[in-house]
Amino acid sequence: MSTSLRNNQNVVLAAAAGCLLLAGTALAFYWVPNAPIEGFRQRIFYFHVPIALTAYACFGWAAWKALRLLWTRERRYDLESYTAVHMGVIFGILTLVTGSIWARTSWGHWWVWGSRQLVLFLVLFLFYAAYFMLRYSVEPGPRRANMSAVYALFGVALIPISFLAIRLAEDLVHPVVFTHDVQSKLTGSQLLTFVVCLVGMLSLAGSFYVNELTGKRLDARLRELQEALQ
Amino acid sequence: MSTAEKYVTAAYLVVLAVVLLYVVLYAFKLGRLEREVAELAELARRREAERKQAA
Amino acid sequence: MTFLGDVLALARKDLLLELRSRDTVPAMLLFVVSTLVVFHFALPSDASATAETGLLWVALLFTALLGLVRAFVAEREERVLDGLVLAPCDRSAIWLGKVIGVMVFLMAAEVVALPAYALFFRPVGWELVAAVALADVGLAAVGTLLGAMAAAGRARELLLPLLFLPLVIPIVVGGVGASATGDPGRYLAFLGLYDAVFAILSWASFEYVVTE
Repeated sequence: MSTSLRNNQNVVLAAAAGCLLLAGTALAFYWVPNAPIEGFRQRIFYFHVPIALTAYACFGWAAWKALRLLWTRERRYDLESYTAVHMGVIFGILTLVTGSIWARTSWGHWWVWGSRQLVLFLVLFLFYAAYFMLRYSVEPGPRRANMSAVYALFGVALIPISFLAIRLAEDLVHPVVFTHDVQSKLTGSQLLTFVVCLVGMLSLAGSFYVNELTGKRLDARLRELQEALQ
Repeated sequence: MSTAEKYVTAAYLVVLAVVLLYVVLYAFKLGRLEREVAELAELARRREAERKQAA
Repeated sequence: MTFLGDVLALARKDLLLELRSRDTVPAMLLFVVSTLVVFHFALPSDASATAETGLLWVALLFTALLGLVRAFVAEREERVLDGLVLAPCDRSAIWLGKVIGVMVFLMAAEVVALPAYALFFRPVGWELVAAVALADVGLAAVGTLLGAMAAAGRARELLLPLLFLPLVIPIVVGGVGASATGDPGRYLAFLGLYDAVFAILSWASFEYVVTE
């Protein structure tokens, strides 16, 4: 892809993210009515869940790029997979922080082991943080690219298995299971606010992704230039 | 502001803070890239000048 | 040589080396018994069955780590691995051979650990033995793959636990659940699922981890 086309993609994504998130925040604070059971604090839902879904999307994207790398052995997929994991971790941290704030305001504690979503993200965060340890510890090259790709694929396999494990673990120690009283069916206004925030968050992740990928590619080409000139 | 409102606002502000932090860190990275490109351009110019002198 | 022939030859090599040098398994045995003794002092006197079982599984996990560090991370092993990769055998045969070796080491350690646990804490039922057997498969499969990854980097002994622990959390859940609740079937089935998914994944991806 030529540089100008890449820049345009970035501008579109960033503009979309800005507008949608601004609109979404406004909707979430001013327009949407209070949830019947939880009240005002349910509004964290409109950011927290889109962020969580975006994190999953990033990890899934990373796994897809990893699969492409192992399939075609083209080096560019390594950077793409790596950047996607980075985005996933950023949004994962955001999920944990917003989830923690929501837990604090709903149940009084900053952390509850009974919240499946929170525990799952903690496990995933540990897993993908180790991804960076792996990358820093191995010399750059095709071997590191292969290993990172395999690890990213293990990550997406871990997501459903961990979720199952966490559900099973609840029966072990009978903790109180903490779920938010989000109704199973969202009303029209709630759904609109949610979708606006979701697409906004995905655009934000996409914009960061394109930015960072460009930066990493520039870095790589600079290294090559430096070596050629010295 | 009730406590619920405080927490909700805190959650949204945290997201904003992280996004802005990312932008700031990225600005630093771009600054470094610019500097390195300038150095390389200078190096290339010098090499070119040396080559012309030698020729 | 056939695939199975390669696997058995590689497994035999690991076991024979261990029989001659006797450095890994005795260390694992001593480690797991010492850990159980430490846990006795760490637990209150009225600890529940779940707490004691949980700590047994923690002990097993770290003993497995100890064995895995020796299986791949030892300097000699890394050079052997490079040599094996050059050989004209299926790379996943290397993985399976190593997995068998690791499992034998683990089971040798558990032959001592489980009676020690029964002596120090509480009796061991069939569910615990079944859970341990299933868990060994998962620990060996995942551990062998991650061990090969860690061996390629710096600070290998530090890296392997970091990679290993998040991935084996489900094994701990399955293991403790099978031995401490009244419904072992579900947890044993879950361990089976974990083994199936991650053994297949590890088998398929080992080739990519050790080659360029």
